[in-house]
Amino acid sequence: MEFDWTVIVDALPALLGGARLTILIALAGLVGGLAVGFLAGLMRAYGNALLNGLAFAYIELVRGTPIVVQVMFIYFALPVLADIRVNPMTAAITAIVVNAGAYIAEIVRGSFLSVHKGLREAGLALGLPLWKVLFYIIGPVAFRRMIPPLGNQFIVSLKDTSLFIVIGVGELTRQGQEIMAANFRAVEIWTAVAVLYLIMTGTLTLILRATEKRMRML
Amino acid sequence: MSIVEFRKVTKTFDTVVVLKEVDLAIEAGEVVVLIGPSGSGKSTLLRCINALEEINGGDLVVDGISVKAGGSKVRLIRQEAGMVFQQFNLFPQMTALENVAFGPRRVRGASRAEALDQAAALLAKVGLADRGHHFPAELSGGQQQRVAIARALAVKPKLMLFDEPTSALDPELRHEVLRVMQSLAEEGMTMIVVTHEMAFARKVGTRLIFMEEGKIAVDGAPAALLADPENLRLREFLQHVN
Repeated sequence: MEFDWTVIVDALPALLGGARLTILIALAGLVGGLAVGFLAGLMRAYGNALLNGLAFAYIELVRGTPIVVQVMFIYFALPVLADIRVNPMTAAITAIVVNAGAYIAEIVRGSFLSVHKGLREAGLALGLPLWKVLFYIIGPVAFRRMIPPLGNQFIVSLKDTSLFIVIGVGELTRQGQEIMAANFRAVEIWTAVAVLYLIMTGTLTLILRATEKRMRML
Repeated sequence: MSIVEFRKVTKTFDTVVVLKEVDLAIEAGEVVVLIGPSGSGKSTLLRCINALEEINGGDLVVDGISVKAGGSKVRLIRQEAGMVFQQFNLFPQMTALENVAFGPRRVRGASRAEALDQAAALLAKVGLADRGHHFPAELSGGQQQRVAIARALAVKPKLMLFDEPTSALDPELRHEVLRVMQSLAEEGMTMIVVTHEMAFARKVGTRLIFMEEGKIAVDGAPAALLADPENLRLREFLQHVN
């Protein structure tokens, strides 16, 4: 077979449109996932029995089920159960928030608890309430330790958006699938799709590496 | 009124009784040196004063506030009782100057400029005027411990608690920390010091307490006790540390 570049040129506008959606879902999902993850992670690490239990149940529920099932549940089951209608984009973003949030929670918990307990005592001994100790002292140290595992999670979540093909979101993989179905140029289209994913994850890696370089690890 | 008053204080870790109905009154201006074999409860006794350890029985009143009062009251006690740790525990992401300025800013609500000015003065006092912009990892142990003392002083405490402040230091670095502590004592600071530095106890201490198995076994003037320890266990202990 011959690699036909014109196929890629023709498909590129649609693929880039898909990539835009992929980025949008991943970005919105990860911003939300970070918020949920910090909350659940801190509940796990410092909460009372009730808060700890709630966060634990959430994390186990999400880690124990596939993300495809989760997004199907949000998109197809929720309307039946609770009469909540969601469009595919909202379902996709929600799925990333919920899913990434659970994994990020464990990253947050691990990093906070890895900080030497003497720092916490030193902060408390100055007369600060615990939340200020966590915010000003433990948090900044823990954050540096979170960057490598957070990077992993960002990349996984970005690639997980490809699974939303099942609810018909026009993200990159879906676009590729549709073009392929019309012209049967599997090699060109899937190569182009793969390269676009690599460009996105590669950019993420560069951003993370720059962030890590700017901060001294502690 | 005593600045620190233990009333039948009991402290247990699970089933182990670490402090057994301890009674102790410490007056403002005293420099109390706490000694004793490991596991005798001396560090725990110190850490009960600023409620880093919760007491299980009796009462402990610091500057008129009970450690059992909880929440914001306990934070008031901690602001009045500065603490210096064996492992320094400086905040690693902050420079020496920022470490010292941290308490005034976040506890006393001082402005950044005001807190940094005061921090610079305190660093000069502990002999580290030129190290303000260094991070803890760039300082020697003795320098780190002196920053830690300045950090505790910055909150303007009424008394200072020292938990084996020189135990993690090389011998040649100890004296610089002990010198700072001595000048602090000479200024009239109330100090409670857990240490094995017998020379410091003799020279600077106004009171020596020997603890054994969760109780105060000997309590008296350092010079007399160290010269002629009547208590058999204290005599044995001193032979081991010297």
